[in-house]
Amino acid sequence: MTILEIQEEIIEEFDMFDDWIQKYDYLIELSKSVPLIDEADRVEGNLIKGCQSKVWLHAKKEGEHVRFMADSDAIITKGIVALLVRVLDGQKCQDIIDNELHFIDAIGLREHLSMTRSNGLVSMIKQMKIYALVFQAK
Amino acid sequence: MAVDIDHIRAQFPALHQEVNGHPLIYFDNAATSQKPKMVVDAIAHYYNKENSNIHRGVHYLSQKATDKYELAREAVRRFINAASTEEIIFTRGTTEAINLVSTCLSNWLFKAGDEIIISAIEHHSNIVPWQMACEQSGATLKVIPVLDSGELDMDAYRALLSDKTKLVTVNHISNALGTVNPVEEITFLAQEKGALVLIDGAQATPHMTVDVQSLNCDFYCFSAHKMYGPTGVGILHGKKEILDKMPPYHGGGEMIKEVKFEGTTYNDLPFKFEAGTPNIVGGVAIEAAIRFIEEIGIENIAQQEAELLAYATEKLQEVGGIRFIGEAKEKAGVVSFIIDGVHPYDAGTILDKLGIAIRTGHHCAQPVMDRYSIPGTMRASFAVYNTKEEIDTFIEGVKKVKQLFS
Ligand SMILES: Cc1ncc(COP(=O)(O)O)c(C=O)c1O
Repeated sequence: MTILEIQEEIIEEFDMFDDWIQKYDYLIELSKSVPLIDEADRVEGNLIKGCQSKVWLHAKKEGEHVRFMADSDAIITKGIVALLVRVLDGQKCQDIIDNELHFIDAIGLREHLSMTRSNGLVSMIKQMKIYALVFQAK
Repeated sequence: MAVDIDHIRAQFPALHQEVNGHPLIYFDNAATSQKPKMVVDAIAHYYNKENSNIHRGVHYLSQKATDKYELAREAVRRFINAASTEEIIFTRGTTEAINLVSTCLSNWLFKAGDEIIISAIEHHSNIVPWQMACEQSGATLKVIPVLDSGELDMDAYRALLSDKTKLVTVNHISNALGTVNPVEEITFLAQEKGALVLIDGAQATPHMTVDVQSLNCDFYCFSAHKMYGPTGVGILHGKKEILDKMPPYHGGGEMIKEVKFEGTTYNDLPFKFEAGTPNIVGGVAIEAAIRFIEEIGIENIAQQEAELLAYATEKLQEVGGIRFIGEAKEKAGVVSFIIDGVHPYDAGTILDKLGIAIRTGHHCAQPVMDRYSIPGTMRASFAVYNTKEEIDTFIEGVKKVKQLFS
């Protein structure tokens, strides 16, 4: 599936929920599905420090594609990490660079990307794109 | 309860709103308090009727604004029982007050080999300025450790003191733990060694009677915005004999007596430390905030908040699975805790959805979090307008969080 298609799929999934509690329950569920970063890669250089929560992110190149592995110490953050990885994992470098991530807004989780949250997610998105740029240049 | 809570709450329009479909419960008062109408009105009235620059004009409005600003200085003096208004310097806040002292002392007093003592439970704004002062002067920073209870290790403190100690600084109340530090004793011990003492009173002035003469500290700093006043204005209290000797901080208008290219003479206290047009309306509003506090009575506020703190602590204990961070015998205003196995960020997010505003994270006191090996805490902090019913709702929220994440 393309990045756009996966985003639409996620938006549809979240459309089914009537209230925020169901949404957060689902995020908690999703947090268990993140392709976890290897212990060996859990190093300072792969750590994105937010004031509130931490995110670990690592990536590998497989042919033209990028594979992401991640984790977070907070579960809600990790649920959103899971969504980001689901959208961008296995995609082509150029597609990762070109595509906007509109789904976070659309499923009503935009507040998690605000400055005051400082949960590492904004830097994570940036870092995912940087990986794609670097892998493409190689 | 000694205070008429409905009457008090009616004075805070910000409390009467819904957040995420729930009535707002504001438990983030240690970060900043809400503002009563009389403070907001004082600001509007000043700009609508009295606005002018101070100390500079012979005209009516300038005189009026100057009078109001100086009246505010007198209100602050009375509020902390300072010896004179010469000792009351307006700043942007606690942070600037601390930086003023640390900068002036590193230009004037600190030398290589000197020691500055701070505590392990300081706000970043009472850590970083001293690190910078050390870097500049070659002095060394020493840290009073904290016990598991959240109280300072006074034996370790005594051992740190020496003839090299030039300054000791601690907060009066810790924003991260709520510990009320024994600042009188800390001051006495430091002064025996000839050291100066600065007390960071940012969390104390909203909650307790502060008497700088009986504390006898050399400097006392606080922020208006944590005590029902506006942001952008704070106070440095300094003993006159030291402020007289200390070189000025910023140069500019107001702080001079005579400016010639051959040399400038500085103004008298407190103006020597107040360069440029100050936050005049901030002064006017801090006066209103002090009036608000004095009308209720700071002892009544303290009692109300002590009841809330005891109630919240008891109710949290009943929930179970709660680890309190900071269990000092003397505590004020703040309950800091974590729910076993739940990240503070997750908990704070869910509580926000329920309209409950608490602070999560390291509370600008990262070394405290490292000390307890935790990523942060959940912190509920109270003001005079909070109620036990709000705490009950908050406890329901905490239960909901536990249920979601375990
Ligand atoms: C203990 C303590 N010191 C200093 C500060 C800094 O105050 P301000 O940001 O108003 O300068 C705070 C504010 O959070 C505080 O709680």
